[in-house]
Amino acid sequence: MAAPNPPVIEFCDIARVYGTGAAEVRALDGISLKVEKGEFVAVMGPSGSGKSTAMNIMGCLDRPTAGRYLFNGIEVGTLTRDQRALLRRHYLGFIFQGYNLLARTTALQNVELPLIYKGLGRAEREAAALAALDKVGLADRAHHDPSELSGGQQQRVAIARALATGPHVVLADEPTGNLDTKRSVEIMELLQALNREDGLTIVMVTHEEDMADYARRLIWMVDGKVQSDRRTKGDA
Amino acid sequence: MLWETFKLALQAILRNPMRSFLTVLGVVIGVAAVIAMVTIGKGSTAQVTADVQKMGANLMILSPGQMRFGPGNSGGSERAFALSDVDRIIDQIGSVETAAPSRTSSLVAVFGNTNYQTRVAGTDSRYLTASDWAVAEGRSFTTAEESAGKNVCILGETVRQELFGRADPVGERMRLGAMSCQIVGVLAAKGASSFGTDQDDVVLIPFKFFGRRVAGNMDVPTIYISVRDGFSIERATNDITALMREVRRIGPGEEDDFSLRDMEQVASMLNSVNRVLTGLLSAVAAVSLLVGGIGIMNIMLVSVTERTREIGIRMAVGAQAGQVLLQFLVEAIVLSALGGMLGVALGLALAALGAQLLNVPFTPDAGTIGLAFAFSALVGVVFGYFPARRAARLDPIEALRH
Repeated sequence: MAAPNPPVIEFCDIARVYGTGAAEVRALDGISLKVEKGEFVAVMGPSGSGKSTAMNIMGCLDRPTAGRYLFNGIEVGTLTRDQRALLRRHYLGFIFQGYNLLARTTALQNVELPLIYKGLGRAEREAAALAALDKVGLADRAHHDPSELSGGQQQRVAIARALATGPHVVLADEPTGNLDTKRSVEIMELLQALNREDGLTIVMVTHEEDMADYARRLIWMVDGKVQSDRRTKGDA
Repeated sequence: MLWETFKLALQAILRNPMRSFLTVLGVVIGVAAVIAMVTIGKGSTAQVTADVQKMGANLMILSPGQMRFGPGNSGGSERAFALSDVDRIIDQIGSVETAAPSRTSSLVAVFGNTNYQTRVAGTDSRYLTASDWAVAEGRSFTTAEESAGKNVCILGETVRQELFGRADPVGERMRLGAMSCQIVGVLAAKGASSFGTDQDDVVLIPFKFFGRRVAGNMDVPTIYISVRDGFSIERATNDITALMREVRRIGPGEEDDFSLRDMEQVASMLNSVNRVLTGLLSAVAAVSLLVGGIGIMNIMLVSVTERTREIGIRMAVGAQAGQVLLQFLVEAIVLSALGGMLGVALGLALAALGAQLLNVPFTPDAGTIGLAFAFSALVGVVFGYFPARRAARLDPIEALRH
């Protein structure tokens, strides 16, 4: 059974292997780490170091080949596809590099999407989605399509979508990868505020050290292993 | 949730109205064809029944030979009736109201410069009584004209229109083949029969005139008999059969060499032909539904590919495989059901038009419409399932990368 206050994310010697025999690729090679509630963790590392693979496993989109993954103390490895979908629905939020908003669908409807699957009624859903949009400063853009919004605004809508369900963790995969420096800073300041003020747990993959400094902790990965795990300059 | 899914499906369909319309065109045509066929079929069945009612359910037709198929029944060996048989039936069988001989041939009717090919029937005024047919203008044949076989004639409405337009033909002389005859009357219009043949396309002449000048003998190939109201058809059938066996000297144990049909039998024969035709045409139309279903499957597969990323996003935010499956399945069903609705509307319009052209009643049937509509939705389920399953089985990571 789960411990009284288990870490939100706990990797125990996790490996993820693609292919077999000579074509075998060990994307993750025995990783162990914990993310506690309220942390803001940046994950960095060169291409092919296993960052994305680790994020996919954290997000319950993928399963480890070996080792155990405990999410809130729940063993994810033994869950079915549909059970993992339920975990994502209720406890996880995703932010992608390419925003991944539905086209020809208003900001409000995009934010409502996860709430539909959560089974909320129309009025409740709209209220929650508007609150989330308000939190990212886009309440006045609720009825705009993504094509009518700038990149930074689209990413904020995506953040609102991730927040709307009140997740335990938000996983951000290079959230500023498509944005210029000014917008990137705005997005990072938003994430930082959400972490500091609301106690939101965030795990973020990034290529940019400047962005990683907004997090409190930095995990550096190389060749599917954790090379270093330390406090950032921004952790004050 | 289902309502959400339904609205979502409608949105996805309306996002690309032209493509959606072309996609369902197959279903539209299939459903329309089935509805039109079945509705017109039912209409013409109703028409047959009404015709029979009109002709009088107590009309019977006596003809030589047995209605039989296959070898051993070569044509031409049938013994025709004689004019005296007609009188015997009227005189000796109490339940018979009247009877009339009939013999027909196709001849050219000529008036002035106008030629018109028509059906000429040699009969007498009793035929009009038996078939409950009125003379609209002029008069029927007199007894003297009938017994003398005088060269007089009564025109059907169609022949009148072809040769005389709106003019009154009574009293005029016209030619029928090589014969000249005087027009004494015009029949009331009867309209098309159940099979679309024009009953008014006819010229009646006295039977003896026909026998002498057209046929060359007095053989009677058909006798129309009408039974008095209140007398049973079955009883009359037995009496007439017994009489004809005696007259034609058919020994006990030998088969009848004539057949007697009442209008019920004629109607059921016509209707069974009608049913076979309707069934065949509907089957052809149903093939179009199948083709339409394949069209829907094709476009749904395209749609799944186009929307791979959307599927990935939905899965990431917590959609289960079954929910994705349902979404695409509902979309296919809504698509084909919309096609079904369009098809029903188009089919009814075609049926109304066809009914008017064929002169049969327009009788839309809720059962047929419901069935065709349900079938179109079923097409959506069957052909939407495979693309929907493909969507549901996508790997969210791959789908997001798409």
